[in-house]
Amino acid sequence: MASDTHAAQAVSSCVDSHGSAVGMPQLCGDWIGNQVFWLVITLVVIFLVLSRIALPRIASVLAERQGTITNDIAAAEDLKRKAEEAEAAYEKALADARAEAQNIAQATRDEIKAELDVALEKADAEIAAKAAESEKAIADIRASALENVETVAKDTAEAIVAALGGKADGAKVAAAVAERMKG
Amino acid sequence: MASDTAAAEGSSLVFHPMDQFIVKPLFGDGAVGMFTITNVTLWLFLAVLAVIGLMVIGTSRRAVVPTRSQSIAELAYGFVYKMIEDVTGKDGLVFFPYIMTLFMFIVFANFLGLIPMSFTTTSHFAVTVILAFAVFITVTVVGFVKNGAGFLGLFWVSSAPAALRPILAVIELISYFVRPVSHSIRLAGNVMAGHAVIKVFAGFAAITLVSPISIVAITAMYGLEILVAFIQAYVFTILTCVYLKDALHPSH
Repeated sequence: MASDTHAAQAVSSCVDSHGSAVGMPQLCGDWIGNQVFWLVITLVVIFLVLSRIALPRIASVLAERQGTITNDIAAAEDLKRKAEEAEAAYEKALADARAEAQNIAQATRDEIKAELDVALEKADAEIAAKAAESEKAIADIRASALENVETVAKDTAEAIVAALGGKADGAKVAAAVAERMKG
Repeated sequence: MASDTAAAEGSSLVFHPMDQFIVKPLFGDGAVGMFTITNVTLWLFLAVLAVIGLMVIGTSRRAVVPTRSQSIAELAYGFVYKMIEDVTGKDGLVFFPYIMTLFMFIVFANFLGLIPMSFTTTSHFAVTVILAFAVFITVTVVGFVKNGAGFLGLFWVSSAPAALRPILAVIELISYFVRPVSHSIRLAGNVMAGHAVIKVFAGFAAITLVSPISIVAITAMYGLEILVAFIQAYVFTILTCVYLKDALHPSH
C-alpha cells in the first residue's frame, strides 16, 4: 500500500496507483503546460517547413506543369494545323495531276487525230492519183487495142483479098474496115 | 484502494478506455513538467516528420510528371488551396500557409493516432483549444485590421427588422465567442470518443463468447475512425476558412 501511494504521488494526481486514468486525462491540469509547449513548437516547425520549402516548391511545380501543358497544347495545335495544310497541299497536287493527265490525254488524242487526218487525206489523194493513172492506162490500153484490132482487121482483110486472088487495094480495104468497125 | 485492486483482478473484464490518453514521460517515471519529453512530444514529433516526409521529401524531385508521393502532396495542396479560394475568395489566400499548417497537422496527428498503441495528440483539449484559439484570435485581429470598426457590422444583422436587431446582436455576439469552444471540442471530442469506444470493445474481447462480435465491432469502428480522422480535419479547416471569410467580408 505504501509503495502504491508513493507511486501515485510520484506520477500525477490524474493517475491512480495502478497507472489508470482518474477521470478524463483531457481535463488534467498537470499536463496542459507540457502539451501546449510541444504543440507550439510543432506548429511553428510545420509552418516554417510548409511556408518556406514545401508550398513554394509545389506551387512552382504546378506552375511549371501548367506551362508545359499549355506549350504542349499549342505545339499540338501547330502540328495539327501543319498536318491540315499538308493534306490540303496533297489534295491540290492530286487534283492538279489529274487535270494535267486529262490535258495530256486530250492533247495526245488531238494530235493523233490530226496526224490520222493528214495521213488519210494523203492516202485519199494517192489513191485518187493512182486511180486516175490506172484509168488513163486502161484508156490507153483500150485505145491501142482498138487500133490493133483495126490494123489486124485491115491486114487480115488484105490477106483474105489476096488469097481470094484479088489485088488488094490498101486504101479501099482500110476504108471498108473502118466502115465496118464503126458498126 | 485494496478492494479496488481485488475487484480489478477478480473480474476478467477490465475497462480502462481513458488510459490511452495519459501523458507519460518517455524517459523515467518522474512528474510531467512543462519541458519534459513525453509521449506527447514523441507523437507530435512523428507528425512533424510525416508532414516533412510528404510535403518536402515527397516533392524533392520537383517532377513535372509527379511520383506517387508528390501527387499526394499536390493533392493536399490543391485541396486546401481550392477550399480557401472557394470559401473566402482570393484575398484569403494570404492565409494559405497557416491553414495548410492546421490541416496537415490535424490530418497527420489524427491518422498517427489510429496506429495501435499510439498516443493521439488531437484527442486532448489542450491541443485543440490552442488551435481553435489561434484561429479565433487571428480572425478577430484580421477582422479589425481590415475593416476597423466595420467588423462589428458582423453582429448587426441589417437584413432583420430593426426591433429584432439588438436581440440578434446579442445572440451573434455569444455565438461568436462560443466559436473557439465548439471548434476545439468538436475535434477532440470526436477523436477521443472513437478511440474510447474502440477500447471498450477491446475490453469485451476478453470474453470468449463475445470476442468475435467484439473484434468485428472494433474493425467497424476503426473504419469509421479513419473517416472521422479525415472528416474532422476537413471540418476544422473549412470552419477556419468560414471564420476567415467573416473577418475579410463581414457584411451580413
